[in-house]
Amino acid sequence: MAQVSMTVNGKTASGEVEGRTLLSSFLRDTLKLTGTHVGCDTSQCGACVVHVDGVAVKSCTMLAAEADGADVATIEGQANADGSLNVIQQAFQDHHGLQCGFCTPGMVMSAAALLKENPKPSEGEVRAYLEGNICRCTGYHNIVKAIMAASGQDVSAIAAE
Amino acid sequence: MPKDGGIGASSKRREDVRFLTGVGNYTDDINMHGQAHVFFLRSDVAHGTLTTVDTSAAADMPGVVQIFTGADFEAVGGMPCGWQVTDKHGEVMQEPRHPVLAHGKVRHVGEPIAAVVAETLEQARDAAEAIVVDIAELPAVMDMKAAVAEGAPKVHDDLTSNLCYDWGFVEENKDAVNKAFEEAAHVTTLELVNNRLVANPMEPRVAVGDYSRGTDEHTLFTTSQNPHVIRLLMGAFVLGIPEHKLRVVSPDVGGGFGTKIFHYQEEAFCTFAAKACNRPVKWTSSRTEAFMSDAHGRDHVTKIELALDADNNFTALRTDTYANMGAYLSTFAPSVPTWLHGTLMAGNYKTPLIYVNVKAVFTNTVPVDAYRGAGRPEATFQLERVVDKAARELGVDPIALRRQNFITEFPYATPVAVEYDTGDYHATMDKLEEMIDLPGFAARRKASEAKGKLRGLGVNCYIEACGIAPSNLVGQLGARAGLYESATVRVNATGGLVVMTGSHSHGQGHETSFAQVVAEMIGIDESMIEIVHGDTSKVPMGMGTYGSRSIAVGGSAMVRATEKIINKAKKIASHLLEASESDIELKDGAFSVAGTDKSVAWGDVTLAAYVPHNYPLEDIEPGLEETAFYDPSNFTYPSGAYACEVEVDPETGKVTIESFAAADDFGNIINPMIVTGQVHGGIAQGIGQALLENCAYDENGQLLSASYMDYAMPRADDLPMFDVDHSCQTPCTHNPLGVKGCGEAGAIGSPPAVVNAVVDALRSAGKEVTHIDMPLSPDRVWAAMQ
Amino acid sequence: MYNFEFEKPETVADAVAALGAEDAQALGGGQTLIPTLKQRLASPAVLVSLKGISEMQGICTANDGALCIGGATNHATVATEGGAYPALAATAAHIGDPAVRNRGTIGGSLANNDPSACYPAAALGSGATIVTNTREIAADDYFQGMFTTALEEGEIITEVRFPVPEKANYQKFLQPASRFALVGVFVAKYADGVRVAITGASNDGVFRWSEAEAALSANFAPEALDGLSLSGDDMISDLHGTGAYRAHLCAVMTKRAVAAAS
Repeated sequence: MAQVSMTVNGKTASGEVEGRTLLSSFLRDTLKLTGTHVGCDTSQCGACVVHVDGVAVKSCTMLAAEADGADVATIEGQANADGSLNVIQQAFQDHHGLQCGFCTPGMVMSAAALLKENPKPSEGEVRAYLEGNICRCTGYHNIVKAIMAASGQDVSAIAAE
Repeated sequence: MPKDGGIGASSKRREDVRFLTGVGNYTDDINMHGQAHVFFLRSDVAHGTLTTVDTSAAADMPGVVQIFTGADFEAVGGMPCGWQVTDKHGEVMQEPRHPVLAHGKVRHVGEPIAAVVAETLEQARDAAEAIVVDIAELPAVMDMKAAVAEGAPKVHDDLTSNLCYDWGFVEENKDAVNKAFEEAAHVTTLELVNNRLVANPMEPRVAVGDYSRGTDEHTLFTTSQNPHVIRLLMGAFVLGIPEHKLRVVSPDVGGGFGTKIFHYQEEAFCTFAAKACNRPVKWTSSRTEAFMSDAHGRDHVTKIELALDADNNFTALRTDTYANMGAYLSTFAPSVPTWLHGTLMAGNYKTPLIYVNVKAVFTNTVPVDAYRGAGRPEATFQLERVVDKAARELGVDPIALRRQNFITEFPYATPVAVEYDTGDYHATMDKLEEMIDLPGFAARRKASEAKGKLRGLGVNCYIEACGIAPSNLVGQLGARAGLYESATVRVNATGGLVVMTGSHSHGQGHETSFAQVVAEMIGIDESMIEIVHGDTSKVPMGMGTYGSRSIAVGGSAMVRATEKIINKAKKIASHLLEASESDIELKDGAFSVAGTDKSVAWGDVTLAAYVPHNYPLEDIEPGLEETAFYDPSNFTYPSGAYACEVEVDPETGKVTIESFAAADDFGNIINPMIVTGQVHGGIAQGIGQALLENCAYDENGQLLSASYMDYAMPRADDLPMFDVDHSCQTPCTHNPLGVKGCGEAGAIGSPPAVVNAVVDALRSAGKEVTHIDMPLSPDRVWAAMQ
Repeated sequence: MYNFEFEKPETVADAVAALGAEDAQALGGGQTLIPTLKQRLASPAVLVSLKGISEMQGICTANDGALCIGGATNHATVATEGGAYPALAATAAHIGDPAVRNRGTIGGSLANNDPSACYPAAALGSGATIVTNTREIAADDYFQGMFTTALEEGEIITEVRFPVPEKANYQKFLQPASRFALVGVFVAKYADGVRVAITGASNDGVFRWSEAEAALSANFAPEALDGLSLSGDDMISDLHGTGAYRAHLCAVMTKRAVAAAS
């Protein structure tokens, strides 16, 4: 066991981990931040995406020890300071970009990373960026629409309410 | 002007806030004090005799609490099957015992052999590696036709063969159907495969068992679409626990798509082991385990024949299907290829004579059961493919051939035992034609060809039977359950309502849409209504969510209970207003006396019900809580017309979906935003089936697609934006909301449109291709072109 | 996963020392290794992360013009900062998905030598030099069959040097599930000839298509490949395509890479 310490959503978090402890396990089991989900074991579904030092990573494919000293952001820290939904979260609700909600934390975190890199992505760029985030409910239509809306683009021409 | 609340409004989903902020409560988020973890040691061979299961070394490993094997479950029941099909000779189906843990034999890769309960999951896994298992391998039974041939090795030694049943429907029509084929001017024949799929909700299954010695009460937290059904099946048939000593909770569930309907061994195990070990026991499936243990879907091999007269009228339809059951009968497996499939073979057409034969076959594969659409996608796919092929053979327009044969008068009794109450198939086809710019297709094809691509257009119709189902009818058909739904509406003193519904929401947004219905009925704000579901200790009874039944059946129960509430509230109001009950009107949350300005607010009436100082105690009881059970009198029949345009890269065989349009008739609609989302998701799964998804085994029964490395899930860049319309509405005539259900339509209606489009594209390049089996992956399309 | 000790040295020397321990294994970005560990297909006693070694990070240009990429540089960095070799940057930009690209490293990818990975095609197609803590290995000597390389136990890829070609392009035809290359072709035109390296197709891992190289060296145009084909006999045949299909795709993708080369 080794001690790790990192900043999670702006607060210092530390705990004892084994070498094999995944960052996703550390977040879920040690810190009780269960918003980060695990949907596969081959690093593909993206339900576990968090930000480490400002970039999106799959927390199920990174050891907690590798994140020692890092700045980690999870879905639990995304809302505005007053608790209201941030622009991306609000766009997901407004455009019905989620159904069962299981992939949603990873989608929101990937969307945030995308808009940081590319503030006005095209539909194709959004779809390409979401390659590592699988959703089984929405068919992606409303997720793509929500992300484009969150970037300030007019999505009224995109079909359906 | 769109409504801002109530029925017909695109109310934003209240459940989204918790999901978007990471504070949902999924089963894997639940951790009990003192909890132990279980790891299942699963078979890595498809078929064999268990000669040794030696746990002695493993039992001494660090952290091990207890190890269980099949022998520990001999005294309890097997996993029950909820539907008994009677075959064409009047014999009941063959029904093998399905043990909680394999005993004697293993029958599919992934079947649990032993379960190790330990302090941590890794310790359980370490110990499982120390269990000595010897399996004398037997030949794997894989191919369905070979499985039912004389002398084939048997999956179950105690059954007479691998044939579960040989079903004929309608058997009495068989001779007339055959005669019609002899007299036909044209017969179109098609042999096809409906590919085996894995539902893959993004949340893997989880079960947490708990037991209280003090009260002898069991609790199971599980990722189920129908916790009450699990309570009944597991309590009554597997573990012998009465329902009043068993609580089943399904909190936030991350998608189901059918595969979370069924009662699974891991649920029974965790419940059993929690008592045996006297501590909570948790299992969380890995994705790889999910591929080997979640019930699979589809897997039919079919020959379909369509007879037409000289005027291109459909005169008869005949099908011959082999349906894979897998190694054991999953909960509702026998109903899928029969009553959910044969009864839909008329489709949208007035074909007068139909005969369906289905042979259900045991193989050494994971059990197969309902997956989004369940039986109806298989029926639609065959029918809409053979109609398309017939149009090509006859040189007629595929849309015109469909229109010519449409059912136009309702109610319509099909020759396959169901009666469609309403529909307007020309209207949805008209709408579709408007949406897809048919006249512009030639120019779009030219533009594709200029880029070296082939372009194809595919169209199809669908009909489905939803709102499952009238209990007396399904009872006659072999269901071992009723398929009503219940709701309890509890009004609190201060006017807020709690609706306890037996429907379960795992993405469908019931917490929002159900509240819209009640808000509309009473005329109060949606925020005053809370929808509670998924806990047998809170909701009196429930049959759960599947078969697009929630709003049609569960919603109807809620409407009935709310009507009872309103009737009682009117009695109270009439007392308060000193008026005749028949003069009391409820509007916008206030009771008034017709023709006067006397009124009393909703909250005053509810307060009076609980503070009955001025109350007609001699006539009615205090309190305001009502329960209703609703048993539908018929199925509902959503229908629609779908179109897909594809581009095919002739050099690689890669198919790209250029556009997809859906015109559906769901009857009345509660929340258009949610309905649209349901259709989007269904279409994505249908396109997934058509182009990407393939659950494949090798000849030895090894699962080749056991992870997302080999099972192709549709991703964002595989799909286009969808054009979805549901303005054609012929309301259901027999439920109070006039609703039909929308959850499965997309998955039912979309695969034939895609395949029809690809065949159209290839034929535009002169390729004599009549059919390609799904998924139309690049290698298959390329091979078809060679 | 079996448990292991985790170490994160800050110098190559310390990493080499740590890897001297029994059953020690190097950890790059972990995007392949961690899923492998989860399946319990490997059981290292010590995992030595190479990500803390600053001398193995980043991209620079050598005196001879070669693009030098530190072994622990992740794909996202190559995609954004590898502009001196545009085809290589574009290759990196399409490995895995964005989150994978933020972790996965070039050294890790080349050390693993997955038969469907992209970087082996880029390295072989560019005639890159694999620099380790002990020596320099030409790409032609480095790749020795699927999951097999010239690396000795404990040897670390510290840098990869890519000579920058006049023109190059990588065409990846996706395996629809894993999104690895079903077939990926890297074509690079140098002053002294053309190199064509193919991943995803062969049972022997990445390989050079010498016939195509000869034809393209004479005439760098798609039509130079007319009539050339590979045999599918020794190619991977699986759920996603037969050997014959892969062989066909090799020719199609090579042509497309030539047409798109810039």
